[in-house]
Amino acid sequence: MTELERKQDRAPIPAEWAYAPAPESREVVRLRERYGLFIGGEWVEPKETYTTIDPASEEPLAEVGQATGQEVEAAVEAAREAYENGWSALAGSERAKYLFRIARLLQERSREFAVLESLNGGKPIKESRDVDLPLAAAHFFYYAGWADKLEYAFPNRKSKPLGVAGQIIPWNFPLLMLAWKIAPALAAGNTVVLKPAETTPLSALLFCDVLRQAELPAGVVNIVTGDGRAGAALVKSEVDKIAFTGSTEVGKAIQRELAGSGTKLTLELGGKAANVIFDDAALDQAVEGIVNGIYFNQGHVCCAGSRLLVQESVYEDVIDKLKRRLTTLRVGDPLDKNTDVGAINSKQQLEKIQELVASGEEEGAEIYQPPCRLPEKGYWFVPTVFTNVAQSYRIAQEEIFGPVLSVLTFRTPDEAVEKANNTPYGLSAGVWTEKGSRILSMAQRLRAGVIWANTYNRFDPASPFGGYKESGFGREGGLHGLGPYLNFE
Amino acid sequence: MSRLPVRKTYKLFIGGEFPRSESGRTYEAEGQNVARGSRKDARDAVRAARGAFPKWAAMTAYNRGQVLYRVAEMIEARRSEFADLCSGPKEVERSIDRLVWYAGWADKLAQVLGSSNPVAGPYFNFTVPEPTGVVAILAPEEPALAGLVSRVAPAIVGGNAIVAVASETHPLAAIELAEALATADVPGGVVNIITGLHEELAPWLAGHMDVNAIDVTGANGDVAELERLAAENVKRVVRGAADDQSAWEISPFLELKTVWHPIGV
Repeated sequence: MTELERKQDRAPIPAEWAYAPAPESREVVRLRERYGLFIGGEWVEPKETYTTIDPASEEPLAEVGQATGQEVEAAVEAAREAYENGWSALAGSERAKYLFRIARLLQERSREFAVLESLNGGKPIKESRDVDLPLAAAHFFYYAGWADKLEYAFPNRKSKPLGVAGQIIPWNFPLLMLAWKIAPALAAGNTVVLKPAETTPLSALLFCDVLRQAELPAGVVNIVTGDGRAGAALVKSEVDKIAFTGSTEVGKAIQRELAGSGTKLTLELGGKAANVIFDDAALDQAVEGIVNGIYFNQGHVCCAGSRLLVQESVYEDVIDKLKRRLTTLRVGDPLDKNTDVGAINSKQQLEKIQELVASGEEEGAEIYQPPCRLPEKGYWFVPTVFTNVAQSYRIAQEEIFGPVLSVLTFRTPDEAVEKANNTPYGLSAGVWTEKGSRILSMAQRLRAGVIWANTYNRFDPASPFGGYKESGFGREGGLHGLGPYLNFE
Repeated sequence: MSRLPVRKTYKLFIGGEFPRSESGRTYEAEGQNVARGSRKDARDAVRAARGAFPKWAAMTAYNRGQVLYRVAEMIEARRSEFADLCSGPKEVERSIDRLVWYAGWADKLAQVLGSSNPVAGPYFNFTVPEPTGVVAILAPEEPALAGLVSRVAPAIVGGNAIVAVASETHPLAAIELAEALATADVPGGVVNIITGLHEELAPWLAGHMDVNAIDVTGANGDVAELERLAAENVKRVVRGAADDQSAWEISPFLELKTVWHPIGV
């Protein structure tokens, strides 16, 4: 970098970006006051309910069911009946058409879903509109095409659906995770009982209306809302498979619970991904990748690039550029089209982030947070960078699941690999370098299920996703995402 | 005067060496005193496997295939010895042929199990199988030789390093196999074989934090408890065929890695 470039690069930053508010209208979403459980194609009045809120304002949005064990069992029975009386005998080509319909309906109603997703989850409308919704629809479209081609997916193997799949999804990408779960399960010929996350049930409940419009046979998809108790009941029920996305802690508990049962299991758990920046990387692009890696969706991403590994020779440049970029991030109203970082999903999650950030400061890391005005109500956390982080610090070991980046350094590729792999997790990793042979070598040596080279946080229905080690087992997406929903002779 | 034969001492196979059990214990099986491996032996074996794993995994698939083929050659050379230690020549031949079959898989796995993925954007995206890491194998009680070979071959062909607990009642074929492995260019530590009591050894391996997968095909006793222990580090629990061969016996010991790179000028 020349002296001139350096000067330009560090040009003063305006104290505040003056953006006029650009709110997306809420009018497109019509919420009911109260939602039941969706069992056997009907809305069943729940015995217990709780209030789901908008995390950006703490305003209540609707009353939803807290499914009891009995109600979860009823949903599993409905799914079993639908499986045995029709769905499993239906030609693959007909299953496909239902899935194509769902994909199209999601595209048609995508703005409604995007707004609802931002309302109930706190994510910026920019992301729910441009990432969650297009990907959810694409996922159904992709797996629709597989439904009548299973014999080509698995040549020389006779496959059969499993039966009833119990699916438990997290709150970070509510509708997209629903699509990741339901699309391959139905394509393979199973019926499902899905439990959305406690804090983000609304898009799954609106999805039931898409099922109505698609005229999907009753009981093929059942949605039971509630907290972890409902999930535990689903794990203990008579399902043939559990697919879980969530924390490693809960994943281990589920694996323990299912020990000896013969119930099939796939787990997509936590991560603490290394994002490795070499000195020959295109640094401005890399900084965009770092920001996208950790501040996308408020860092509520299991594959977030939460450990930044920077080669020492470019450390100062990268940190300067990163801090400068952070000052331009707009934190605030999730429904504002200019917002980059929205609300933290829940009070509980905010407290977890605060606790881990406090531990980082106590252990001796240096904290940086850009000047930032946060809304008065709701749950918010300023995008944060920690430097001077040692590998032993909790912020370098534990998944924070928030907009908090821990920066470490390295000198040689070997050291980068050693540090990147020094974690019980193995979900994803990033590598930034202009040298092709180094990309391929790093991609080989990083022990993780997804490697993003000179990019980060890209997803696609055709691309298998899932972890090594304690980040879980089984793959979602692509041809490889079908196998976990089939039995082979 | 007839010659007095020299008897063999039946020992463990850890890190390419043949130690006695550190516990100093033996048990009698098939009329012989066999080393009764301990928790410490199992842990030593896991360490040896972890140490051997990176090089074995990084070897070219062609090379790994040749090593497996070489194991088949070594068993072939000792056919009559092996025949005495299992159900007979048929089982030995089956085991040899199975190794040859798996040897040929080494450089085909990525083509059969991997994929190039047509993502909706300017990215090159591909998926390749990679070894899971260190795998613990509880060998079936029977068949003594073919059972062990049927579990070990699919685990190592993809690049894993393994710790196998031999058949408890028929361990002699496993020890004979260890001796064949030691002369077959299998790098030390890639295959480790412990003899002893399954009930004693299996829980330590199932709960070991540096074991990535456990094959319970040959497990007897409380498999549910092993699965519970396995959850401690999200181990892959594998149930396969005790005496059969298939590419789908290999895939449970593999991870899938997907790599993205932008396409641009």
